Amino acid sequence: MFNYTFHWRPALNALPQMLEGAVVTLQIAVLSMIIGIAIGVVLAVMQGSRFRVFRGIASAWVEVARNTPALFQIYMAYFGLGQLGIHLDSFVALLAGITFNNAGYLAETFRGGLRAVPRTQVRAARSLGFGAFDAFRLIVMPQMFRAVFHPMTNQMVWAILMTSLGVIVGLNTDLTGVTQELNVRTFRTFEYFAIAAVLYYIIAKIVTLGARGIAWRLFKY
Amino acid sequence: MIEIEHVHKSFGSLKVLDDVSLTVNTGEVLSIIGGSGSGKSTLLMCINGLEPIQGGRILIDGTEVHAKGTDLNALRRNIGIVFQQWNAFPHLTVLENVTLALRKVLKKSRSEAEDIAVKQLKHVGLGDKLTTYPGKLSGGQQQRMAIARALAMSPRYMLFDEVTSALDPQLVGEVLDTMRLLAEEGMTMIVVTHEMQFAREVSDRVAFFNQGKMEEIGPPEQIFDAPHSDNTKKFLANVR
Amino acid sequence: MFETALSFNDIIFLLKGAGVTLLVTFWAMAGGTLMGVVFGTIRATAPRWVGWPLAFVLDIFRSVPLLIQLILANAFQAIAGLQMSAFVVSCVVLALYTSSYCSEIVRGGIDAVPVTTRRAARSLGMTWGQDMREIVFPLALRVMLPSWIGLTLGVMKDTALITWLGIIELLRSSQIIVTRIQEPLFVLSIAGLIYFLMSFPISRLGRHLEKKWQDL
Repeated sequence: MFNYTFHWRPALNALPQMLEGAVVTLQIAVLSMIIGIAIGVVLAVMQGSRFRVFRGIASAWVEVARNTPALFQIYMAYFGLGQLGIHLDSFVALLAGITFNNAGYLAETFRGGLRAVPRTQVRAARSLGFGAFDAFRLIVMPQMFRAVFHPMTNQMVWAILMTSLGVIVGLNTDLTGVTQELNVRTFRTFEYFAIAAVLYYIIAKIVTLGARGIAWRLFKY
Repeated sequence: MIEIEHVHKSFGSLKVLDDVSLTVNTGEVLSIIGGSGSGKSTLLMCINGLEPIQGGRILIDGTEVHAKGTDLNALRRNIGIVFQQWNAFPHLTVLENVTLALRKVLKKSRSEAEDIAVKQLKHVGLGDKLTTYPGKLSGGQQQRMAIARALAMSPRYMLFDEVTSALDPQLVGEVLDTMRLLAEEGMTMIVVTHEMQFAREVSDRVAFFNQGKMEEIGPPEQIFDAPHSDNTKKFLANVR
Repeated sequence: MFETALSFNDIIFLLKGAGVTLLVTFWAMAGGTLMGVVFGTIRATAPRWVGWPLAFVLDIFRSVPLLIQLILANAFQAIAGLQMSAFVVSCVVLALYTSSYCSEIVRGGIDAVPVTTRRAARSLGMTWGQDMREIVFPLALRVMLPSWIGLTLGVMKDTALITWLGIIELLRSSQIIVTRIQEPLFVLSIAGLIYFLMSFPISRLGRHLEKKWQDL
């Protein structure tokens, strides 16, 4: 059955290159989360807006982000926008696609987070003499943050996994891209991608465990 | 002094307060009794401006609550309110629950705020729970913390909105004891309650509310032993 | 007015791609649910020394990009000389991937059935199997269904990645048309619309069942 000799040595020699790719992967994921959180908050606010236009735009964004494949969203950024004269390189297109996806999912998360804080909390705060802004900042925000923290770390892990799709639009600097470059040069597909898989696993676990640690320190109640 | 003059309040087409007038003097304890939906809790929300009113006016020491330009945040510092659902801030320790408004609203220093908070918490018997989070407390303890939180702001008036209704029966006593203590110290209080025995013992006057109207007001002996209104009689016959 | 080089045949081509997407989704969900129920039941009921290693393995499927899983599986079957088609590899990988998520749903559903209910069943003389079949699963099903529908929609979107193995599913077929007529925005929008049309009835069905079962 196995007419194949595994060659792990050359694959392991490529580890420094792959680690550099892993750094790029993390960069894209972190950037896409930061921008995604900002847009997600705006979308969540827009969904509760009095103006139909705002609600419409926000719902359309959320629905498309949630009901089409992430790869489709990246294709849209890479190929689709090209027809409008906006030409993004594969790095930016990947970042834009993942950010779009993050923002859509996070908007829903934030909406849920807001619902998770009872209205009576605002009442209690106002009755102590807090202004509306202070009541939100000191009482609602911290509780909302706890409610959204876990879904947010999940989204971060997804963002990391989604970065692997960059290779499909020709990105060759992130972990999957670097691995694919090595693969086409050597055709040692299994060895290289097995190492990539392990690296992805480690990154995902570091993020999950790190988040758990932060949550443990932050949310003692 | 709290003066309530011809107050009307409705939610849409539903009338919750219908021409309610009453005065609470400084140092007085007024209990409000009545069935659910009689508007008694809504009245408390209107007194500290958490709910708007559609007619009449409410004066607190001469300041009209619902007038334009009234600084509600300043006004509310003088009125402590404790809710049925105690509304502890779950993300803050017991001590922080009490100190937060002292520091951020009254702009007191941390040490000053903590001194006040510790004093109030000891007063309600929670001196040993300072660093505990509310989630670890019983309902009665959380409710006493809410009382301490309101008292720490040294309000001139205290409003209690069915503070024992959501508690297990065996926890009601400790909360009522705290309130009794407060009444003896001369705090001006409006107490919306279902605890008739408590109302009879502690109140200077008792008001009976029925379907948004104040049916009857008078000393506890009058209300409980010789009510004038038939509705009061009916209500008391049912709760006894 | 708007002009396009997209022909009727292209639409048919896209719909055929959508058919492949649905077919792969079907096999992934069928295999994934079957395995998911088994794994999930083990996770919820078996002792820790069985449950934890299983949990560890299943977690890998959720922590490694699906694309990498597909590439690895394809490479492995070539090395092992299994002579599986790309289609079969895709279905197998997606089924395993699905089973990992499904096991979590099943575990959550079983955990949601109160112990007291189960004790009541056992106290009536039911066996473990009867308890599971007659009491736990019917009750758990109501908890699991919304998540399971969500998983189905998720897997359908994830099938887009099998394009890497050269399978012409919906997204790939739109790519092929784009290469020819050079109207990426328009053609991709149609593909997106088809995705939306496929997921919409499923999510509606889910909501309908959820409502219907609430009264039971």
